Amino acid sequence: MARYILRRLGYMIVTLFIIATLSFFLMKMLPGSPLNAEDKLSEEQKAIVLEKYGLNDPVPVQYVRYLTGLVQGDLGISFKFDNTPVTQILMDRIGPSALVGFQAMVIGTILGIALGLIAAVFHNGFLDYTSTIIAVLGTSIPSFVFAGLLQYVFAVELGWFPVALWGEPEHTILPTIALAITPLATAARFIRTEMVDVLGSNYMLTAKAKGISQAGRVWKHGFRNALIPLVTVIGPMAVNIMTGSMVIEQIFAIPGIGEQFVSSVLVNDYPTIMGTTLLYAFAFIVIILIVDLLYGLIDPRIRVTGGNK
Amino acid sequence: MSKLLEVKDLRVSFNTYNGEVQAVRGVSFDLNEGETLAIVGESGSGKSVTSSTLMGLLPKPAGVIKSGQILFQGEDLVKKSEKEMQKIRGKEISMVFQDPLSSLNPTMKIGNQIIEGLIKHQGMNRAEAKKKAIELLDQVGIPHPEIRVNQYPHQFSGGMRQRVVIAIALACNPKILIADEPTTALDVTIQAQILELMKEIQRDTKTSIIFITHDLGVVANVADRVAVMYAGKIVEIGTVDDVFYNPKHPYTWGLLGSMPTLDAEDEELYTIPGTPPDMLNPPKGDAFAPRNEFALEIDAVMEPPMFKVSDTHYAATWLLHKNAPKIEMPESVRRRIEGFAKTGKKGGE
Amino acid sequence: MENNNLNNLPKDLFKPLVRKEDTSETISKPSRTFGQEAKRTFFKNKPALISLMLLVIIIIMSIVGPHMTEYGNDDQNLSRAKLPPHAPVLEKISWLGFDGTLTDDFKGSTVEEAKRKAILRFDKENKGKFIDFKVKSKGNGERNSAKVEATYHVYEAKGMGDQYFWLGTDHLGRDQWTRLWLGTRVSLIIAFVAALLDLLIGVAYGGISGFFGGKVDNYMQRVIEILVGIPNLVIILLMMLFMQPGIMSIVIALAITGWTGMARIVRGEVMKVKNQEFVLAARTLGTSNGSIIRKHLLPNIMGIIIVNTMFSIPSAVFFEAFLSFIGLGIVPPKASLGSLINIGFQNLRIYPHLLVYPAILISLIMITFNILGDGLRDAFDPKMHK
Repeated sequence: MARYILRRLGYMIVTLFIIATLSFFLMKMLPGSPLNAEDKLSEEQKAIVLEKYGLNDPVPVQYVRYLTGLVQGDLGISFKFDNTPVTQILMDRIGPSALVGFQAMVIGTILGIALGLIAAVFHNGFLDYTSTIIAVLGTSIPSFVFAGLLQYVFAVELGWFPVALWGEPEHTILPTIALAITPLATAARFIRTEMVDVLGSNYMLTAKAKGISQAGRVWKHGFRNALIPLVTVIGPMAVNIMTGSMVIEQIFAIPGIGEQFVSSVLVNDYPTIMGTTLLYAFAFIVIILIVDLLYGLIDPRIRVTGGNK
Repeated sequence: MSKLLEVKDLRVSFNTYNGEVQAVRGVSFDLNEGETLAIVGESGSGKSVTSSTLMGLLPKPAGVIKSGQILFQGEDLVKKSEKEMQKIRGKEISMVFQDPLSSLNPTMKIGNQIIEGLIKHQGMNRAEAKKKAIELLDQVGIPHPEIRVNQYPHQFSGGMRQRVVIAIALACNPKILIADEPTTALDVTIQAQILELMKEIQRDTKTSIIFITHDLGVVANVADRVAVMYAGKIVEIGTVDDVFYNPKHPYTWGLLGSMPTLDAEDEELYTIPGTPPDMLNPPKGDAFAPRNEFALEIDAVMEPPMFKVSDTHYAATWLLHKNAPKIEMPESVRRRIEGFAKTGKKGGE
Repeated sequence: MENNNLNNLPKDLFKPLVRKEDTSETISKPSRTFGQEAKRTFFKNKPALISLMLLVIIIIMSIVGPHMTEYGNDDQNLSRAKLPPHAPVLEKISWLGFDGTLTDDFKGSTVEEAKRKAILRFDKENKGKFIDFKVKSKGNGERNSAKVEATYHVYEAKGMGDQYFWLGTDHLGRDQWTRLWLGTRVSLIIAFVAALLDLLIGVAYGGISGFFGGKVDNYMQRVIEILVGIPNLVIILLMMLFMQPGIMSIVIALAITGWTGMARIVRGEVMKVKNQEFVLAARTLGTSNGSIIRKHLLPNIMGIIIVNTMFSIPSAVFFEAFLSFIGLGIVPPKASLGSLINIGFQNLRIYPHLLVYPAILISLIMITFNILGDGLRDAFDPKMHK
């Protein structure tokens, strides 16, 4: 197990290093510098600014400085937004993103599991078809289309929620629902397939032969076996939420990282864009790692092949 | 010996996309207390369907009991509700399945899988049940049961897993144990151990066993009585001696003749030509007739009834009718049976 | 068990059976090839068939749709900006929303105040000449107690009563119908090309890796392992920043990330098939690599490749829309479904029609491709053949 974790950590560092290097050289090639914002500066002032950003040094020196900065959590300084350090910009905005993303993940997964279980237990019945339709719609309809529908119906027409406002807990409701729909549908589809398999397995027959009631079989034997593999789709689901958050935050005016990213794109603020990209990459890779380790922990079969015994 | 289980004219069908598959077509037999009845037949003969019908484990909604009675201690199991069956399954009748690899829940400790039934049927608390589980593991010959009880199925070998499955089935001292090809998925050496274990269990607990198998060698080893099934029907039933030394049905002749033994030296094995019939539209008359070299004209018209050979021995073949021509079993089969008698061994024992 | 009437059976029945012809082993069903079975299963799948038909209609419309009106993609005219949908014939049925009017509720302390608000919003110059009012609540003088429903006849007000913009116009006065189908065309082209590139690169990479195995496979898999570790989103975003935005860049960005999934699946399948006995048998008979690939490997992995491609199309449609939505995709004045949706969102409150149609269309495309993919997967699954 320890060797496995070490190997995975190694891969993770290699991946992050590649992304960081890629983004550094892309940034070097892209037009734009801190000077764009301050066009009216004199030559001397420009030189001072460049010196301040360390842009007069040779590229390898900058590269090393960039990497050491990254290790210490320094993502550089924004060209725009009052030249604030990117790390600080992102720190200020991580709260709302994390809140909505987490809510969406939890609600989406729980409802999705429930939907998938219902569908499997009533295999080929009315409830199964209903939840299959919900799942197909949920995986197909892009979250921003869904967000538009929610916004129009519940905010514009019914006026139950503000159209786009941030601050109160109820402001998180519509964006959470919009974001939750994809993980919900993913989980529902996945659990349904798994559960149908599990319900048809021999050990469920053994349990029936023991005289266990259907509810008892589904709960004690089926649930756990169907749930364990769900861990494997948590990674893709998290990525979905990250992708979705960029547009959802934009649509509902949530002061989060996704919204920051889109506004940075509009003003060509490369350090912020790169910083955000790196943050996304980091978050994704860490989530995948945690998920894999978690999988090993909750599935007794993997625990042993991991080398514990 | 008193009758524990009486099966009367049981008919089971599966409704499939292509139509109705008649898996079991009128099976009747009795099971006495403390005896082992073997049901033998090739795949598709309906032997496994019969056994899962006894347990009420037919896959719903495809599997349907068309008619018949399953009288267990005088009560008809066919008429019982699912709820009532839950009280019988595992407690009165329990089952050992073919594939020990997949019949245990991979994410549940062995102990918990044994305990489940004990808590449900015997009203034990967890501590008592766990103690009993350890005893059971010990009884089925698993070393270090107190450690093993906390392990997961993948930590056991195939043979060990089958022992665990047997322990689960025995947990509540059932009156009937149905073993559905319990040794088929195992290595030959392990097979012998499991058979030995089942014999031991029967000696100790006096449980009646219904042993489903396609392997005649295994039958001779464990059974008191044998029922031979073909195309959803019992074609011959009798004590082991009846069926092995005095077989009457041509299908039984075929089965005995096609069994390889160590004694049969450079002798050719007898083969049964053709394949089993399509149970979607079973043939008119005797289902075995198309493969039977001794078939009579009447076989194509009418199904043979059970003819009595002796008090314990019945066979469904027109050859036993008083008007039928005298037909003896093929020479190779006869020599095979004489071989059994000489060595006092039956089949692959 | 013996009964009396058994004794009365005619004696001549107890003669050895004379066999006419052995019918026990005739094959009762006509044999079908795998392809025929797959086709049969697919054509029995109603949702998949309907999806296929809808998709064909959408594709045809994306080709002919823009030519059905007289307006071009970039015919800007601010004087006719943000017109509501107005279609001949359909305009007669008011609830369909093709009558060229804008309708909304206005509130005020009196009916008059509410009407004033409506005029202020819709049409200041004509002082409400082209607005029909329907009083829903008279009000009692309290704030927002009165409510009127105002219906503004936009086309009449602008003196364009004889002009028809079937789906209205956008904020620059461009015909939404034309742009919707042009946008669909762009989105579909991007999706198809990206999926095709995924297919080519993925099958080649996965095929080589799986077929040759050993060291080659080992190195190729390490490369993929690292690539897969980098989230697609990140690579796509970086690529889009680096390249000039446009159709080509989106296709390249999608293709660069998309092929890894296909490569892994193809490799897995090739490995599986390659080790099966019938391939070994072909090898021992001296069959060349080329014909093993052609005759044994390809037919066996074809299904999974087609299904996977079917699923990569909607995901490309989604990513294109996503990129265009956040401003990294298609550059104006070109339209795509994503950019149309973006414009729709900016006008959601008053002109929801700008969002509704592109949103419906992209959802339809995604849903139909997904159902079609599911249908094909079932069709290629021998277990589903009945």
